[in-house]
Amino acid sequence: MNYWPLLGVVVVIAGFVRRDNPVLVVVVAGVVSGLAAGFSVPDLLGLLGTSFVSNRALLLYALTLPAIGVLERAGLREHAARWIGSLRGLTLARLLASYLLLRQVLSMLGLTNVAGQAQTVRPLLAPMSEATVELRGPPLGDADRQRVRAMAAATDNIGLFFGEDVFLALGAVLLIQGFYATHGIVLAPLAIALWALPTAIAAFLIHALRVLLFERALNRRRAVVAAAEAAHAED
Amino acid sequence: MLRIEFAYWLLAAFLAAAAWINLRERRLAAAAFWAVLALLFGGGTGVLAADAAGNPLPARIAGVGVLLLALLAPRMRRVQVEEVSPEMRLSSAMRLGHRLFLPALLIPGVTVLVAVLGGYMVVDGHRLFAVNQMTLTGLALASLLAVFAALRLTHAPALAAVREGRRLLDTLGWAALLPLVLAALGGVFTQSGVGQDIAHGVGLLIPVDSRLACVLAYGLGMVVFTVIMGNAFAAFPVITAGIGLPLLIELHGASPAIVGALGMLCGYCGTLLTPMAANFNIVPVALLELDSPYAVIRAQWPTALLLLVFNLVLMSALAFR
Repeated sequence: MNYWPLLGVVVVIAGFVRRDNPVLVVVVAGVVSGLAAGFSVPDLLGLLGTSFVSNRALLLYALTLPAIGVLERAGLREHAARWIGSLRGLTLARLLASYLLLRQVLSMLGLTNVAGQAQTVRPLLAPMSEATVELRGPPLGDADRQRVRAMAAATDNIGLFFGEDVFLALGAVLLIQGFYATHGIVLAPLAIALWALPTAIAAFLIHALRVLLFERALNRRRAVVAAAEAAHAED
Repeated sequence: MLRIEFAYWLLAAFLAAAAWINLRERRLAAAAFWAVLALLFGGGTGVLAADAAGNPLPARIAGVGVLLLALLAPRMRRVQVEEVSPEMRLSSAMRLGHRLFLPALLIPGVTVLVAVLGGYMVVDGHRLFAVNQMTLTGLALASLLAVFAALRLTHAPALAAVREGRRLLDTLGWAALLPLVLAALGGVFTQSGVGQDIAHGVGLLIPVDSRLACVLAYGLGMVVFTVIMGNAFAAFPVITAGIGLPLLIELHGASPAIVGALGMLCGYCGTLLTPMAANFNIVPVALLELDSPYAVIRAQWPTALLLLVFNLVLMSALAFR
């Protein structure tokens, strides 16, 4: 057994630890593994070329960019912000659970780039999350503010991951289908996507519950601090 | 008949336009990057056809193109591309309101429509969509329709579609390519026997007669390899070829659809745990001005572990019926 191709895995780890450009790291890892496996340089180039070209469906999502760009130019983000901002009576748990559900459903429909850490979390979800907490108490301390923001970011990731692979035309389902096809097993995308549905539901229930517990613990902690400050003020 | 090649050619044209705009703005690395990619997309079908016919030269040239992309990627600088002023966007948003969502919703709507009904669309006895590629052809068609709808709704000039699309493409930069090169790496790893190495190692370590041991080895293998690679897409072909296919599907007769879907989801749990998944776990730390680089991972690990247990239980319960 030739274990030298595992050097490619080492290259990936070292490259990411050194914070080199991921595209460069990944291609170098492929070259190292191929050479270690005994491929000649021309054969390795051919393998790189065919592997890349056979996976080109993974960039088809870029075809959606012109339409989304035109809509952004006409104020899509601004409209979404104003619309969400007009919903009143929100608690942190309700806000994050609603966002989680929306993000999952949008991802299931293939609209993964509608939201995201840069597009929605920083400008919308994080400040709104802080606001829902501060609506019912004093301003957040620095540590709690960071925890609330991190929870908002986590909620976006979880909504994206456990929605997107239910969508038929996106990377995950096609990668699975393509992998099996090259190994002689023919599957319909729908048959794969359906089996991601139970986990999508479980992800919503588990994370929504965690957000609720997070808010309760946060409020309890803030109540203790507030009580201590009140007692201190009476002295 | 609408074939997937049309979508690739359309994408190649869009990439070429992005390269041209970058060239005129003297952003040479970005211009070269998108130009090489445009060539790879424009010629991809020809490369695969020649390779299948026994002529390896075009595939080797494509391989050189991939090396070029890797060398150009670190030279691409992320710059803020000029946008319409916020005031103009806000007034347009107030004017158009919820109608702005309609073209955006055309994309998933038409894609799903073609995916579900495309098989029944027959013109003059010919199928309108090639079988096997209906969903992706649908996505391309949907994107095209959405551009026309968006231009019509906003009365923007047609060139705005190219300009705004290029703005988003350059915002993504090399990151747009990462899923593709990671999948390609998976292909090279598979051909180099990395999967067999790992499977061989795992086969020595676990009792392969036990279904549960194989499920655990596959699911946890997906998690560990995703943590290392930062991407479940790279882990999937390697671990599935190494453990999932020989042990779960061939030896124990598990359902490929269930093994694939839940295996990928085990990998996603790994993505929530690793700083290697930089765009999800490290970029927001910077965006939200958090002190600890692990703040986001700390917020999501309990969800990730609970979901991992859920996936493993589901796989053992359903895959072997």
